[in-house]
Amino acid sequence: MSASSGTRAGARTLFEKVWDSHIVSPQSASAPAVLYVDLHLIHEVTSPQAFQVLRERGLPVRRPDRTLATMDHSTPTRAAATLGGTPVAIDSAARQVATLEKNCAEFGVELLSMSHAQRGIVHVIGPELGLSQPGQTIVCGDSHTSTHGAVGALAFGIGTTEVGHVFATQCLLQRRPRSLSIEVKGRLRPGVTAKDLILAIIGRIGVDGGTGHVIEYRGEAIRALGMEERMTVCNMSIEAGARAGMIAPDEVTYEYLAGRARAPHGVDWQRALERWRQLPSDPGARFDREVHLDAAQIEPMITYGTNPGMVIPISAQIPERPGDPAFQRALDYMGLSPGQPLKDQKVNVVFLGSCTNARLSDLRGAAALLRGRRIARGLTMLVVPGSQEVKRQAETEGLDRIFTEAGAEWRESGCSMCIGMNGDLVPRGEYSVSTSNRNFEGRQGAGARTLLASPLTAAACAVTGRVTDPRELLNT
Amino acid sequence: MEPFKHLISRTVVMPAANIDTDQIIPARFLTTTTREGLGARLFADWRYDAEGRPRPDFVLNRPEADGCRILVAGRNFGCGSSREHAPWALTDYGFRAVISTEIADIFRNNSLKNGLLPVVVEPAVSDWLLAHPGSELSLDVATRTLTLPTGVAVEFPLEAFAQHCLLEGVDELGYLLARSADIAAYEAQA
Ligand code: SF4
Repeated sequence: MSASSGTRAGARTLFEKVWDSHIVSPQSASAPAVLYVDLHLIHEVTSPQAFQVLRERGLPVRRPDRTLATMDHSTPTRAAATLGGTPVAIDSAARQVATLEKNCAEFGVELLSMSHAQRGIVHVIGPELGLSQPGQTIVCGDSHTSTHGAVGALAFGIGTTEVGHVFATQCLLQRRPRSLSIEVKGRLRPGVTAKDLILAIIGRIGVDGGTGHVIEYRGEAIRALGMEERMTVCNMSIEAGARAGMIAPDEVTYEYLAGRARAPHGVDWQRALERWRQLPSDPGARFDREVHLDAAQIEPMITYGTNPGMVIPISAQIPERPGDPAFQRALDYMGLSPGQPLKDQKVNVVFLGSCTNARLSDLRGAAALLRGRRIARGLTMLVVPGSQEVKRQAETEGLDRIFTEAGAEWRESGCSMCIGMNGDLVPRGEYSVSTSNRNFEGRQGAGARTLLASPLTAAACAVTGRVTDPRELLNT
Repeated sequence: MEPFKHLISRTVVMPAANIDTDQIIPARFLTTTTREGLGARLFADWRYDAEGRPRPDFVLNRPEADGCRILVAGRNFGCGSSREHAPWALTDYGFRAVISTEIADIFRNNSLKNGLLPVVVEPAVSDWLLAHPGSELSLDVATRTLTLPTGVAVEFPLEAFAQHCLLEGVDELGYLLARSADIAAYEAQA
């Protein structure tokens, strides 16, 4: 035992505990570990070729009971009635949705199809149904699977070949990643949200700062976050290059999961609680790397470039990097200049949605700011709930009316403008303040210019039609 | 999968860092239900203008790029989404290897499963490669070596299992299926 480093023999991190308990066979010099998967979520975009492999090889889905399908990426967000009878706007997308229906029927996989009351974005419905649970391994052919780490699961995105592996064997071949502790002390100030926190973290460690690592978010500021805010943080772990992001389960987690449709009930719940309470990292457990931040120093954040690491506090100026052609190219794409403030930059579109920020608390926050206000003339604002359940709850609270009375469009759930696969697009050259997670070139449509920010900031920008610090409107 | 032992080819160079999977294959082309045909869409928004005409200044539209099987790119290539359409588009176009100082995790995994060799090199080697587009390189999987036209040979990291799968053309699903008894035993005790 080494007293100087403060580490303790036998002490394990949350990640190590989950990893160790899912090893079917351990890794060796010549082979990776065989890792068991508790929950496999699938959607229409990354599953067709994997089902095709099963068909070609005559294999069944090994555990349909551990597999759940939804449709979210290429599905329309306009109400079916307004689509003139075509359920999906784009032909190839309609084919993809039909393929998922056919595959799920053929292989016995449960599907939350278009008309299902619990359909939604795959990373919103997992926790919402109580399917995503502490200590589990969760995978999906989607990089934002890291979201589910908020409940204390090891959750990560995989490719389509691996989707096929999980279908056929419920397992994956994996080398153990390294661990990274991100400890956030203090408290976020009013008007500063979980989205600002994760953008600040990515700004600090960079878009490849987490490569090869699983992040555990720790510290007072993380403990103080609600469950949905924790999901926002874990969601964007992949934007720092990390395999996964995790937060140790605690009373906030248990309170969130208790009574959910697919969470354990009765005696099973009590047993689960006992297991889950063992999961948090032991005192003295060692991480491969550690990063420390102070929440009180964080301001509302906004991106100005073409990756989420190109981010500044909303009142700051865009940095200058003379002699960096890639930086200049990104700013040229954005139509912005080094050294210019972003504040008061004109905004054409506001997108409130995505698996990062389309849960009830996100909609409530934005609605509170928009209540009794109107969005700027000529600006388009889309509000796309993360799931049909979020949509119903928001409507029960009357949030939909606040949005529509402000002049925003209220849609059916789905990925929508986050990825622009369903016809919801930001027009070429226009600026969109978006609560989603990627500001890559063309992500929201060819030539679209995306500024990533929190729901509060997005709502503030919608009101003024310019990049605006939400605290200016919250104080009035 | 075809065995992958050796590759000799000239390089195409794209020096930008953080080339993400949305650039490699934009999301609007992901509504396909097959793996084929994505090469025509590779780097679509950099390769073609808004009217669909090839942009003459983009590297893949230059005659020198014809027949090149190796892509040399800036740091953190393949970041972003888990879409396997990215390596599918690269291999369908004709690439067999990507060289960078850093390759994003999920993209690297996906590449190895599709016979696209991810090669991570030191900054000095990368700097040389970025400065010498069109160089003919030799990549050897068995010895994990990259040989420059100068004769300099450098070793690159490649996990033993992945190396075995490439050399023998083994697919990992067969390996996992052979462990069915272990998997059943795990399920029984869990
Ligand atoms: S909302 Fe965006 S990031 Fe989330 S799953 Fe859908 S496309 Fe991916």
